[in-house]
Amino acid sequence: MSNEGRSYTLRIWRQKNRNTPGKLVDYKVTNISPGSSFLEMLDLLNEDLVAKGEEAIAFDNDCREGICGMCSLTINGIPHGPERRTTVCQLHMRKFEDGAVITIEPFRAKPFPIVKDLVVDRSAFDRIIQAGGFISVRTGGVPDANAIAIPKDVADVAMDAAACIGCGACVAACKNSSAMLFTSAKASQLNRLPQGQAEKDRRVLLMISQLDKEGFGSCTNYGECQAVCPKGITLDHIAKMHRDYAVASFKNVFGKVL
Amino acid sequence: MNGILRLLKSSVGKKYLMAITGTILALFVLGHMLGNLQYFFDARWINAYAHHLQHLPYGLLWVVRAVLFTTIVIHIVVGVLLTLHNVQARPGYEVEGTVQASLGSRTMIWTGLVLLAFATFHIFHYTVKNVQDFSSIPEVNYISSVTPEGLPVVETETVITPDGNGIIRPVATPNVQAIMKTGFSVTGYSLFYIFAVGMLMLHLSHGVSSVFQTLGLRNEVWRYKLNCLAWLYAVAVFAGFASIPVSVLIGKL
Ligand code: HEM
Ligand code: FES
Repeated sequence: MSNEGRSYTLRIWRQKNRNTPGKLVDYKVTNISPGSSFLEMLDLLNEDLVAKGEEAIAFDNDCREGICGMCSLTINGIPHGPERRTTVCQLHMRKFEDGAVITIEPFRAKPFPIVKDLVVDRSAFDRIIQAGGFISVRTGGVPDANAIAIPKDVADVAMDAAACIGCGACVAACKNSSAMLFTSAKASQLNRLPQGQAEKDRRVLLMISQLDKEGFGSCTNYGECQAVCPKGITLDHIAKMHRDYAVASFKNVFGKVL
Repeated sequence: MNGILRLLKSSVGKKYLMAITGTILALFVLGHMLGNLQYFFDARWINAYAHHLQHLPYGLLWVVRAVLFTTIVIHIVVGVLLTLHNVQARPGYEVEGTVQASLGSRTMIWTGLVLLAFATFHIFHYTVKNVQDFSSIPEVNYISSVTPEGLPVVETETVITPDGNGIIRPVATPNVQAIMKTGFSVTGYSLFYIFAVGMLMLHLSHGVSSVFQTLGLRNEVWRYKLNCLAWLYAVAVFAGFASIPVSVLIGKL
């Protein structure tokens, strides 16, 4: 691999604010090290823009180590770009050939309104969590670590679900802008564990109704969400959510859950 | 009541409806296809089969028709509602990318609408029979069974003539095999049928596996197996249906 700087044509979505229509604007970047990350490449471009007196491109980011879920760019139509199981902050320029044209858009979905340029408002996710993605326990002393026995395989699956960083790539990739992968992971991490049982039925009913209220689409089982998820969350969790929702609805029809 | 309303209003509840009605329809097309294959046997097979279906006891024919009609109406109405909602939720990209969503999954509404158009045509063509003139095809006597020597036993019925006398005469039944052959010998119709069952194949290639996911009966291991199974199912249904018009077309050469 050559270490010489590479050049790219970037076609970046610029949008002043929520209410102004945006458009793709072309930028040239040169002398980019293959070892630099995608966001570092954007930093360099922004430095150039600022030096020229132009407005910097707004994009979300925070940890830059793939754990916070803030970075949210759609690269050539694919959220988080071409590399599987990688957030865009962990994506490197060596994945892009010298001279490539790269289109960068925000995570698009109606329930994720654009705030500015590549920054979208993902607070719809917070409201889904507020609807049921928690357990209501009184905090007290720290419980003994092994006071509740949980089989290893159950704990593993719950842990896999808990790996979700809530970035929203699943919604951005879904051709229906469905939030089922996110919602199911957040429900699953609790529903699978003994601590989550008490509120399991309420949880799925309320989270799904919030998800519908936010205007996310429904799941058509495309599998695009799983394909782009940087944390490898699988459709298994959605299947579990579908099961749990059926049981909860049944109980809610014949008894009273809510 | 509140619970039912909540369920039906929710996106997941609507998906359950799609999965349940989709399963009924998928089983129906398989049964329909298997029934049709009797076309390739002696004419008595499919004619007797058609006769039986037309003369089910207790008005069951209309029960089956009513169930199928309700099923398809629910499937279409809910399918269209979901699709409209999904289109609304998605603003779209300047550059669209697809990582792995299958062609079948991305065209459900279009293949579905083709099926709707086709089913409508198909019912006028072969059930109502007012698309093409089949009246010149003579009816045949309904054969209920065969003697051990292989001789046909002709079913008879008693009819009361206008002058009040009862006469016994053979039961006449449409020659379904000849009607199918006449219908499919119009190349345009045959090609349309083959195209439509091709669309059905695409619809089923996603649908049959998707049902399991919607009902929560699938995991990472079974997902890939079910995807293969769905394709097998879809291809079998396609091959079975298409074989009849194809054989008629080949016969014309
Ligand atoms: C014989 C005809 C048909 C069969 C066997 C059939 C079968 C199926 C099956 C098995 C599914 C999967 C359900 C799921 O994802 O759980 C499905 C989905 C669907 N069908 Fe049909 N279908 C038929 C006709 C139609 C028609 C006439 C339409 C017209 C609008 C239609 C539109 C759809 C749509 C839009 C979906 C996707 C729904 C979603 O996932 O959101 N189908 N169908
Ligand atoms: S910036 Fe934290 S995950 Fe990318």
